[in-house]
Amino acid sequence: MRRVVVTGLGAVTPLASGAQITWQKLLNSQSGIKGIDTFDVSDIPAKIAGLVPRGEGEGLFNAEDHVSIKDMKKMDDFIVYGIAAADQALADSGWKPETDEDQEATGVLIGSGIGGLPKIADASDLVNNGKTRRVSPFFIPSCLINLVSGQVSIKHGLKGPNHAVVTACSTGAHAIGDASRMIMLGDADVMVAGGAEAAVCRLGMAGFAAARALSTGYNDTPTEASRPWDEGRDGFVMGEGAGCVVLEEYEHAKARGAKIYAEVGGYGMSGDAYHITAPAEDGNGGFRSMRNALRNAGVNPEDVDYVNAHGTSTPLGDEIELGAVKRLFGDHATKLSMSSTKSATGHLLGAAGAIEAVFSILAIHEGVVPPTLNLRNPSEACKGIDLVPLEAKQRKVNVALSNSFGFGGTNASLVFKAFK
Amino acid sequence: MSDVADRVKKIVVEHLGVEEDKVTENASFIDDLGADSLDTVELVMAFEEEFGCEIPDDAAEKILTVKDAIDFIEKANG
Repeated sequence: MRRVVVTGLGAVTPLASGAQITWQKLLNSQSGIKGIDTFDVSDIPAKIAGLVPRGEGEGLFNAEDHVSIKDMKKMDDFIVYGIAAADQALADSGWKPETDEDQEATGVLIGSGIGGLPKIADASDLVNNGKTRRVSPFFIPSCLINLVSGQVSIKHGLKGPNHAVVTACSTGAHAIGDASRMIMLGDADVMVAGGAEAAVCRLGMAGFAAARALSTGYNDTPTEASRPWDEGRDGFVMGEGAGCVVLEEYEHAKARGAKIYAEVGGYGMSGDAYHITAPAEDGNGGFRSMRNALRNAGVNPEDVDYVNAHGTSTPLGDEIELGAVKRLFGDHATKLSMSSTKSATGHLLGAAGAIEAVFSILAIHEGVVPPTLNLRNPSEACKGIDLVPLEAKQRKVNVALSNSFGFGGTNASLVFKAFK
Repeated sequence: MSDVADRVKKIVVEHLGVEEDKVTENASFIDDLGADSLDTVELVMAFEEEFGCEIPDDAAEKILTVKDAIDFIEKANG
């Protein structure tokens, strides 16, 4: 199989726009979660979210830097975030295909868990209020999930595989894993891969709140709401944004002298075959996903230094994942570090696996593991493992594992290795 | 220039993101102003909204230039 390396990173997150600045804020234990002030939440029990900071200046997201005003109405926010993260990742990688051959060797695989929910809600209002003729001709392409990949390919002239993943909260991890296999199998030499999400709107908040999935007890102290493994956790916090990586066949990267962050070591998948929203109680779905990823990577459990957990801050899910980690790693579970960066970003759903892949890659590249914020009192079942509470920790990371689990019982785990 | 012409041109500038001086009366939305077929559908919707008139599909298909739009609206509202 051909080797696949990571040569570019992009991230638009509630912490910042930009992978490096997001990473610095994450290491500084900053939180991107705040009260929602962009729409009415008076009748919704969860009133906080991880919102992308907008404006002009370092780290702030300015949509016009990536999309013309004219084109903005042709896409919902998740597409704009996805384009921005892809722009950043491509710029970081220095890959700018111009010949037919190079363009055809470069593909895009960016997914989304939900797609253009805000625009679907708006168009639905028009249709239900007798204004069918006011529905924009851009409505459908503005909310289709694969239009992130489509728009990125059009903007950058990328004519290789053009694909999209939709696996709820596993989307970003599946996208990166699947894209790496396309390179391994020779469908492409370079892939722009990741996930994008912008479902923080009345409809999205109402839906997840109805499923009793969201934190509701920290509306007055938003930065304390996402607290994976802590006794006080009461649900996840919605987040928005996008993450992208540029994946590249090793010889291709070497030939052009590209900077290499890490190597894609392996990828594992599984299905719970259990329940539409709850993880299997014994954690066997996550267990098999991690095991398959390690096997695919050809690494032993003892080789893993860092686990970026799915860890969404739900009462049930956090302990089930942690139990699966303890079973898989055995004694080594006491030696590795595991954290949940959702404590700082909230849960970016279909983009979560992508930004967390970026964090895992940077942990390897920089030799530091990011913290789990708000973890002051780990619940009893969550003891006996280093969950990197409150503060980042210097630590050499040769192998990192990143977990993503989604509604429907879909699980994906990615293994990244230090490039040697 | 008529009030209708001014308002039509303003809409074209806003929706197609083009320079004002390119929006001459004879400019074709598609050939001169970079619109695609979806842009023209949206433009017609914007005209309907602005002028409170209804532009049926068969009439909309014949609105290809800025002047076509102005003429149609002046006639419809006249």
